[in-house]
Amino acid sequence: MNDMTRVERTVDSKAIKIAANNVQVFYGDTHAIKDVDVQIEDKTVTAFIGPSGCGKSTFLRCLNRMNDTIDICRVEGDILLDGEDIYDKRVDPVQLRAKVGMVFQKPNPFPKSIYDNVAYGPRIHGLAKNKSELDDIVEKSLRRAAIWDEVKDRLDAPGTGLSGGQQQRLCIARAVATEPEVLLMDEPCSALDPIATAQVEELIDELRSRYSVVIVTHSMQQAARVSQKTAFFHLGNLVEFGETGQIFTNPEDPRTESYITGRIG
Amino acid sequence: MALSWLLLILLALAVIGFFAGRSRALASAGGNVRDLHSLPSYYGYNVALTALVPAVGVLIVWLLAQPMIVNSTVSSLIPDQAVPEGSERGLIMSEVRRVAYGLDGAVASGAMTETQAQNGNADIEALTKTLKDAGQVLTQDITQPILVAAQKFRSMTSTGTVAMQVVVLALALLGAAFAYVRTHKEFRARNVVEQGVLALLLLAASIAILTTIGIVLSMLFETMNFFQLHSWKDFFFGSTWAPNFRGGSELSILPLLWGTLYISVIALLVAVPIGLFAAIYLSEYASGVTRSIAKPLLEILAGIPTIVYGLFALLTVGPALVSMFGDGGMLGVGWMASSNAVLTAGLVMGIMLIPFVSSLSDDIINAVPQTMRDGSLGLGATHSETVRNVILPAALPGIVGAILLAASRAIGETMIVVMAAGAIAKFSGNPFDAMTTITTRIVSQLTGDTDFASPETLVAFALGLTLFIITLGLNIFALYIVRKYREQYE
Repeated sequence: MNDMTRVERTVDSKAIKIAANNVQVFYGDTHAIKDVDVQIEDKTVTAFIGPSGCGKSTFLRCLNRMNDTIDICRVEGDILLDGEDIYDKRVDPVQLRAKVGMVFQKPNPFPKSIYDNVAYGPRIHGLAKNKSELDDIVEKSLRRAAIWDEVKDRLDAPGTGLSGGQQQRLCIARAVATEPEVLLMDEPCSALDPIATAQVEELIDELRSRYSVVIVTHSMQQAARVSQKTAFFHLGNLVEFGETGQIFTNPEDPRTESYITGRIG
Repeated sequence: MALSWLLLILLALAVIGFFAGRSRALASAGGNVRDLHSLPSYYGYNVALTALVPAVGVLIVWLLAQPMIVNSTVSSLIPDQAVPEGSERGLIMSEVRRVAYGLDGAVASGAMTETQAQNGNADIEALTKTLKDAGQVLTQDITQPILVAAQKFRSMTSTGTVAMQVVVLALALLGAAFAYVRTHKEFRARNVVEQGVLALLLLAASIAILTTIGIVLSMLFETMNFFQLHSWKDFFFGSTWAPNFRGGSELSILPLLWGTLYISVIALLVAVPIGLFAAIYLSEYASGVTRSIAKPLLEILAGIPTIVYGLFALLTVGPALVSMFGDGGMLGVGWMASSNAVLTAGLVMGIMLIPFVSSLSDDIINAVPQTMRDGSLGLGATHSETVRNVILPAALPGIVGAILLAASRAIGETMIVVMAAGAIAKFSGNPFDAMTTITTRIVSQLTGDTDFASPETLVAFALGLTLFIITLGLNIFALYIVRKYREQYE
C-alpha cells in the first residue's frame, strides 16, 4: 500500500469535537450498535471501516440524529457535541443537523437549479441578508467543493443534469453552504468512477482545514488515503479505534488485521 | 340444427382433438416426454385451437353477414308500388321479417305444413287467419308481395344456415385433421400455441381500440347530420340555449360550456387543496397504522355512486346552503333562491373528486426518492420545509397531471349536476344561481319520446362530441405531463 505514505500523519492531539460514550442502537429488537465509544477530533478526517451491515452507517446517522426519521430506531448512551448531549430533550434535531451536515452515498441533488441547490440551506437558516450575500455564499461553497469552475457559467441549469462526480461535489457544496462544524459522509464515493473519486478525496483533505470530517467507506485504500483516525466496526462492535497509520500497519486486534488483509468482510 | 348444438359439436371436436393430438405426439416419441419438442399438452392445444379458431371465426362473420345479405336481396324483390304512401321500405321489411318468423312459428307448432308455408299462391286471408290462430304476431294484413318476400326470406335464411353449418363443421374437421397430421415429436407445438395466445391478446386489445373509434365515428355522423340541419355558427358562437321542439331553436354550446366550467372550477377549488393536503399527510406524516386505515377509508368515497352524491346534494347540501345564504337565512343576505345552484353542485362534486386527487397525489409523492428527503433533512430543514421546498416541486408535474385528470372527470360528470345544478342555461358569475351543464342538456334532450331527426335531439350528439374532445384533450395533456415526470428519476 504505497498510498499510505501520501497523507501526513499528525499525531499532535486536537480538541475533541464529538464524544460518544457507551452508545447502543436498537432497530426494534435488533441490537445494531453495541457499546461504542469514539472521540472524534476537530479538523481531522475520521474514517469508519468495516464489513457491510457492521453498523458504521447507523452510527454515523446517530451523530446528526438522522435515525430519528426511522420509527423503530432507538438510541441509548451519550453523544456529546462540544460537550453537550445531542440527544437531550432541549436539543432541536433540526438545529443540530445544520451544525452537523451530511453527504449521502448516492448523489442526491434536488430537482432545482445548481444555484438553488446550494442556496437551499442558507435560505432555510436565513444565513444571507440579501441577494448579493447569498451569491457570495453560493460561490464560496462551490469553490470550496472544487466545482465552481465547471458550473459558474450555468448556475441556472438543473443540478440533476450534472455528471455523477459533479453531482456529488454539488451535494458537498450544498452541505458546506450551511457552515456546518462537522461533515458526515456516508460512502460518498461508492457511486463514482475513479477520477471523480480522486477529486472528492482531494476535496475531503482540503475540507479538513475547516471542519471535522467523518467518512464511512468500504474502500480501505480510501480510508488510508484520506483519514488521520480510523475506527473499525464489526458486527455492531467498535473493534479498534486509533491512528490510521497504526490501524493499517500494526493493528492491535486480530479481527482488524483479518479485515484489512482481506480474510474477513 | 340450432346454434347451440353447432357450438357444442365444435367444442366436443376441440376436446377430442386435444386428447388425440396429445396421444399422437406421445406415441411419436415412443411414450418418452423428453423426446418431444414441447410438453404433450401443447400438442393437444395445437389441435384444439386449429380446429376451433378458424371455424368460430367464420361462424361469427357469417352470423353477422348473412342477415345483411338476405335483407338487401329480399328488399330489392319488393316492387316500389308495394310500398304504401308515407311508409318506408324499412318498415315493409320488418313486416316481411315478422311474416317469415310467423310462418316459421306456425310450421313449428304444427298449425301449417311446410308445403303450405312455401305455397306462393296461397289464399292470403286464410293464411292470415291461420297465422293469427296459431298465436303469431302480425301488425297488419299480409299482402301478396309481402308473402312472396317473406317466403324468399325464409328459404334464403334456411339455405344460408345449412350452408353455414356445413362450412363451419368442415372447417373444424379440416383444421383438426391438419393439425393432427402435423403432430410429430419434432413439431414445435409450443411455439405455435404461443403465437395463438399472442393473437388472442392482440384481438382483445384491438376490440377495445376499435370500440373507441366506433363510438367517435357514430357521434361524428350524427353530429354531421346536426350541422346539416343547424348552423354551426349558432352552435359554437351563439349566446342562447333555447331548444324548441316546434322549430326555430337557438342551440348554442357557450352558455352550457360556461356552466360546465364554472361548476368544475368550484369542484376543483374544493377537491385540490383538501385532496392534496390529505395526500401530504398520508404519505409524509401518517404512521403506517394510520395510513393503512385512513387510505382505504378515503378511497371508499371514490366508490360511492354519483347518484348518491346527487341525493346528498339535493337533500343535505342544497338546503343547508339555502338556510345560510337564502332569504331569512342565518346570514340574512338572501342571495340564494333555491337549493339548485352552481355552488351546491360544485361543492358536492368537489367532495367526489377528493379521493381522486388524494390517491393519485399520494402515489406521486411516494415516488419521490427517499434520498431527496434525507438530503433536505440532513441540511437542517424541518419536515414541512422539506415538503414545501423539495417534495412538492419534485412531485409537481405529477400532481398537475392528477388535477387535470380530476378536471376531466368534473367536466364529464352528469348525475350530480342533473340533480343539483338546475336547468337554466345562462351566463352568470353568481355562484348562487342555478345553471346547467353540457351533460345535463344531453340528458334532457334525449329523454322522453323523441325522433332522431330534429336538430333539437341531434344537438345532443354535437354536445357529446365536443365534451368528448375536451376531456380527451385534457386526458392526453395530463398523461403527457405524468409521463414526462416519470422519466425524471430513471
